Amino acid sequence: MICGRANEADWQEIRSAPFMLQMIAPRRLISLQGVGKTYKNGATALAGVDLEVRDGEFLTLLGPSGCGKSTILRLIAGLDSPSTGVLTRSFDDVGAALGFVFQEPTLMPWASVFDNVYLPLRLRGLSRQSAGPAIMEALGLVGLAASAKAFPRELSGGMRMRASIARALVLRPLLLLMDEPFAALDEIARFRLNDDLLRLQGAAGATIVFVTHSVYESAYLSTRILVMAGGPGRIVAEIASEDRSPRDENFRSSPAYARICAKASQALQDAMQGDY
Amino acid sequence: MRPMRWVQEYGPPGLVFAALLAGWEVFVRLADLPPYILPSPALVLETLVTDRATLFPALLTTLKITLGALAAAVLGGGGLAILFSQWKWIERSFLPVAIVLQVTPIVAIAPLLLIYLEPSSAVLVCAFLVAFFPILSNTALGLASTDRNLVDLFQLYRASRWRTLLLLRLPAALPYFLGGLRIGGGLALIGAIVAELAAGAAGQGAGLAFRILEAGYRLNIPRMFAALTLLSLTGIAIFAVLSVLSAYLLGRWHESAMSAER
Ligand SMILES: Nc1ncnc2c1ncn2[C@@H]1O[C@H](COP(=O)(O)OP(=O)(O)OP(=O)(O)O)[C@@H](O)[C@H]1O
Ligand SMILES: [Mg+2]
Repeated sequence: MICGRANEADWQEIRSAPFMLQMIAPRRLISLQGVGKTYKNGATALAGVDLEVRDGEFLTLLGPSGCGKSTILRLIAGLDSPSTGVLTRSFDDVGAALGFVFQEPTLMPWASVFDNVYLPLRLRGLSRQSAGPAIMEALGLVGLAASAKAFPRELSGGMRMRASIARALVLRPLLLLMDEPFAALDEIARFRLNDDLLRLQGAAGATIVFVTHSVYESAYLSTRILVMAGGPGRIVAEIASEDRSPRDENFRSSPAYARICAKASQALQDAMQGDY
Repeated sequence: MRPMRWVQEYGPPGLVFAALLAGWEVFVRLADLPPYILPSPALVLETLVTDRATLFPALLTTLKITLGALAAAVLGGGGLAILFSQWKWIERSFLPVAIVLQVTPIVAIAPLLLIYLEPSSAVLVCAFLVAFFPILSNTALGLASTDRNLVDLFQLYRASRWRTLLLLRLPAALPYFLGGLRIGGGLALIGAIVAELAAGAAGQGAGLAFRILEAGYRLNIPRMFAALTLLSLTGIAIFAVLSVLSAYLLGRWHESAMSAER
């Protein structure tokens, strides 16, 4: 249980017992201790970052452009390694445990939506046939089952993003890393996908690390927000969202939401003070 | 609706073409030009039929050489591009040579090739060389400009280098390769013709360019025009076939293949 991923039955139990969840200490999936990253060209993207990702949370990294948010995701995903400090994961098989959603949908234009979602399973050696049910389930979760045969360029921007999310979900990852996934979408599409994402998280029982520029998006989605500052990148504030009321239009006009927005804005202001 | 669109699309260029030919025919008749100055289109057509025993084997020869050279260029250029993408040191070592050969107007080495090789192989090599580089450089560019994020995704899922090549880099390079192929197809024909002109060799296995030279020496102007017509049709056919191939392969996924629907 410490190192493997929870099986379905465990998940059901944990999900249906929110009170229990508060009593047992949440498992740590990822921990960064004093992590720094200096790129080959000498640019220091991160310095002394301490961070942990807890099981079941919706953690948002909020910060100005260039402060190292993407770098943190890449380190967690093992696409790059830290120059200093220690990064530990509670799992070994990164490919099976992680889903990654990029800022762009990053679909293969020559493959249908179905085949794009098939990719992670294909790379793990499953035949197209035996992968079929899992693919259709993932597409169903994002509401794209009817477009399985379509090609990426035949879809709207929002639908492409959904396909990209389905691809990240198809291996039922423990941890979903999302790098400003909705930045390119209009506000209405973004709101809708935000709601879908929360519903998905409930259904798939995944932990999410989400990167955004938007204070509002972070306040709406997160259980915890880490505010970052640049030059070199570091974490300057942590805002926990104590309010667990359902996320819907009412929440957007609630005092709790306003409070989180205010805190996050303030922290961001402070963080960017030195940049002017 | 459909026939109407067809007329709209192909009507105007067809009319222009017909008008040009008609104007030419009328001009030759009114000016009463002898065929050895300027043959009329009708006479050119007639010559195509009467001289078919000379012209069509020549066409076949030129076509065989062009297509053979193109096939070799696809294998060589495509293969080398793949090697470049897999081993950077190969690219670093060979690229300067490739660039020197590319910026040299290759057709100028045709006379040189003729010193070392049989005329027929010299023609083939010359056509190959000019078709090779556009295919190599386009394919190499395509393989190198694969989406960074997709490469990361393949790395995340621990895909081997060969699977990444097969499932990601090769399909991503396909539009670039097809672009290179279309350029290479046209150039292969030019290379074959230039080398043939330089060779000027007679005998069996003589291509269309040689027939043009030969007809020129004999002041058989209508036959020159007939051979030229065949060459031009060959060029058009190569381009058309490669365009259809490209539209078929890129199908629904690439911008360049979707323009008809817009
Ligand atoms: N491959 C790289 N080589 C050199 N420097 C890099 C590289 N990737 C990122 N950087 C630098 O590291 C810093 C952090 O980059 P990162 O992409 O993590 O920022 P970010 O917070 O994601 O920004 P944005 O919100 O604009 O996406 C930047 O200053 C950037 O210039
Ligand atoms: Mg980024």
